[in-house]
Amino acid sequence: MAPLMVAQDLHRHFGGLRAVDGASLSLQAGEIHALIGPNGAGKTTFVGLLSGRVPVQSGRIELAGEDITHLPAHQRVKKGIAYTFQITSVFPRLTVFDNVALAVQSAGAAGLDQQVATHLSRVGLADHEAMLAGSLSYGHQRLLELAMGLALRPRVLILDEPTQGLAASEIEGFKALVNGLAPDTTVLLIEHNMDVVMDLAHRITVLNFGQVLAVGTPQDIRQNRAVQDAYLGGHDAAD
Amino acid sequence: MTASQKIWALHLGLIAVLFAAQYVLPPYHATNLARIMVLSIFAMGYNIAFGYTGLLSLGHALFFAAGMYGMGLSLTLLGWTALPALIAGLVAGGLLAGAVGVLALRTAGVSFMIVTLMFAQAGYLALLYFGTITGGDEGFNPDRSLRMIGSLDLSADTPRYLVALGLFALALLLCLWLVRSPFGRVMVAMRENEERSRMLGYNPFAIKLITLVLSGFYAGLAGAAYGLLFGYVGATFATIQYSILPMLYVLLGGAGTVIGPFLGALAMFYLIDLASGITDAYFFVVGAALVALVLFAPKGILGALRERGVRWLP
Amino acid sequence: MAAVLALTAVGLSLVFGVMRVVNVAHGEFFMLGAVLAWFVTYYLPLPPAFAWLAALIIAPLIVAGIAALADVLVLKRLHHDPEATIVATIGLLYMLQQAALTFYGPDARPVAAPFEWRIQLPWFGYSGYKLFVVLAAGLILWGVWAFMTRTKAGLVMRATQVDRDIARSFGINVDRVYAGTFAFGAALAAMAAVLIVPIQQAHYLMGHDPLLLSFIVVIIGGLGSLRGTLIAALVIGLSDGIISMFFSPTLAKIIATLLVALVLVFRPQGLFGAKA
Repeated sequence: MAPLMVAQDLHRHFGGLRAVDGASLSLQAGEIHALIGPNGAGKTTFVGLLSGRVPVQSGRIELAGEDITHLPAHQRVKKGIAYTFQITSVFPRLTVFDNVALAVQSAGAAGLDQQVATHLSRVGLADHEAMLAGSLSYGHQRLLELAMGLALRPRVLILDEPTQGLAASEIEGFKALVNGLAPDTTVLLIEHNMDVVMDLAHRITVLNFGQVLAVGTPQDIRQNRAVQDAYLGGHDAAD
Repeated sequence: MTASQKIWALHLGLIAVLFAAQYVLPPYHATNLARIMVLSIFAMGYNIAFGYTGLLSLGHALFFAAGMYGMGLSLTLLGWTALPALIAGLVAGGLLAGAVGVLALRTAGVSFMIVTLMFAQAGYLALLYFGTITGGDEGFNPDRSLRMIGSLDLSADTPRYLVALGLFALALLLCLWLVRSPFGRVMVAMRENEERSRMLGYNPFAIKLITLVLSGFYAGLAGAAYGLLFGYVGATFATIQYSILPMLYVLLGGAGTVIGPFLGALAMFYLIDLASGITDAYFFVVGAALVALVLFAPKGILGALRERGVRWLP
Repeated sequence: MAAVLALTAVGLSLVFGVMRVVNVAHGEFFMLGAVLAWFVTYYLPLPPAFAWLAALIIAPLIVAGIAALADVLVLKRLHHDPEATIVATIGLLYMLQQAALTFYGPDARPVAAPFEWRIQLPWFGYSGYKLFVVLAAGLILWGVWAFMTRTKAGLVMRATQVDRDIARSFGINVDRVYAGTFAFGAALAAMAAVLIVPIQQAHYLMGHDPLLLSFIVVIIGGLGSLRGTLIAALVIGLSDGIISMFFSPTLAKIIATLLVALVLVFRPQGLFGAKA
């Protein structure tokens, strides 16, 4: 099966710093794909290139066979690539309803109220519709962020460190939620929490110094010596 | 009452009160009120850009003057009648706002303020430069016979008041509809966090440009109506001062509220009117009001009300 | 003209550079300097040269005091938020202008030059005072530069410019630096005005043109860059005269204003500023 999204040999240098240095990635439709790597490996820059927040210097990005390398970010969103921010970035002074409605109407859907309600209940925030987003707890803001991503009805949903700062119980709920997205939505997950990665991901790409170190199933990655050396610092990832 | 009913009651109520006011008020105040209503249209336009979308422009006098001269010159040079001339003014304001926007919107924040200020200044100087046509600083008075819509004599008190009210009501309801529409939500999103809005699939440049053009239409209409109703077209309306005034009205009434601009214009107009009874230091009042507002009440009258529980206020 | 312009513009640039604040009332500080110079020379029973010298010291001090007061009372409370500050300084502009109109009146009044001396060259005469202005302005500018690069106060200001939070954590009283910078910038404008006032008369609306011109200079030179500001001031000051020889002054102003706007749009770092 042809992959849904392909990135080939992407480069992005900031001055002398090679943040992304010839990295490639392919996403199969319906998979949950995790992107991992040590701090400073270029993960955030890499998804910045995919989502269009950072311009590509060289390389090529395709979505369902279409070249989107130089498409501006907002048009990529329309094509079906949604990005949820690492640092929670809801509109704090708007209501929860308005936050999700902005995403729903961007996807051009009819039945605004109905759709907003659907997405909010999916993440369990249905009761909070009228509250100001800024007054939600941190965990709830993360869920709202996720609801906004879902409301865009993306083909590819990029989640940038979604579990950062969540309590253990909240992480469990989050995992169930993301598991339920497949196979309708393809998920690219950037994550530090190895338990989450190993439980959720169908495939994993490991990035180091802006280059792809390894690609494979969680099983492969766990057993890959190069990954263990570079990233896991020698201790076993299975624990 | 639901929030929606309250909103309609409030805004239609305001229009009704203003309609009734002409029978109650002495002519002096009725004329003032007509003037305030026209200036409110200007301020509403400013509010669409500044209050809702967060575009702090210092060049709106340019769009106001474009409307005024678009109307005035259509009357005198092209020999148009009042109604098409009014529309010409409206269009002129919007077009010029579009042209300025295409350039100025490549910048943001402080640079945007300075760029709009510079464009407006260039526009003002251009009006002086082409003084033979525009009348320069002295301006010109369109002949009374030109200021007629059909048999309606716009220089007479009652028709003038009614036309001002009609345009005001139209502008107010359109603004209300706009800010409650999905597009209105996007405008606010742009003000709150442009980058996040972009990642929701909105093109910031396009949204801001549309907003600025809408704002320019309002300013143009107000300028055209002002020239038509009060019979004077002059370059003074292109000075920086007329970019500051709508900002002052909006800040006072409450940025990002539909009737804030009207409230601000009303309050400021009578504040200056009262002050001029005591002192002729008109500018001092304006200056002090500006400083006091940014210091003590950055949200304005209605903004403060909304925070104190009247959350449904659009 | 270019020299005085540079002095005014450097004041504006300094304030923007250190505080990230655009002071729209800057031209009014210039005007205040001129008006105060008139008051000083008119009321002090001194011969013109000494009266003028007194003005050169007193006027900038008073203006600096007013500016410091404005900063502490108003701008500090706004946390120097760029947009709110612009609105506030517009308010300040109106208040100062009105104050000048009320206390000084609408007339333009001359201030006697400290000396009358014409350099007679075979083909034309040149006012010695104008030459003196250029020299004096150059001297002051050099002083500013030395102050910024050589003294501890200058170092503190530059540190604050780079990062106000870090400066604060190093125990620098940022509020005082801001008030001082704002006052210093205003004093420079006032000094420029005292220098120019024997050539141009003092008038309550005279702040407008220098403001616009200094805006132009600062923007073309790159916001906040002192060296760029200086070069731009010289270029503009000289070319202003040249342009107005070929076009009418109004047209020259239109062109200049549009050019500045376009520079800001297409080269926001200024013509001389470093590429970001």
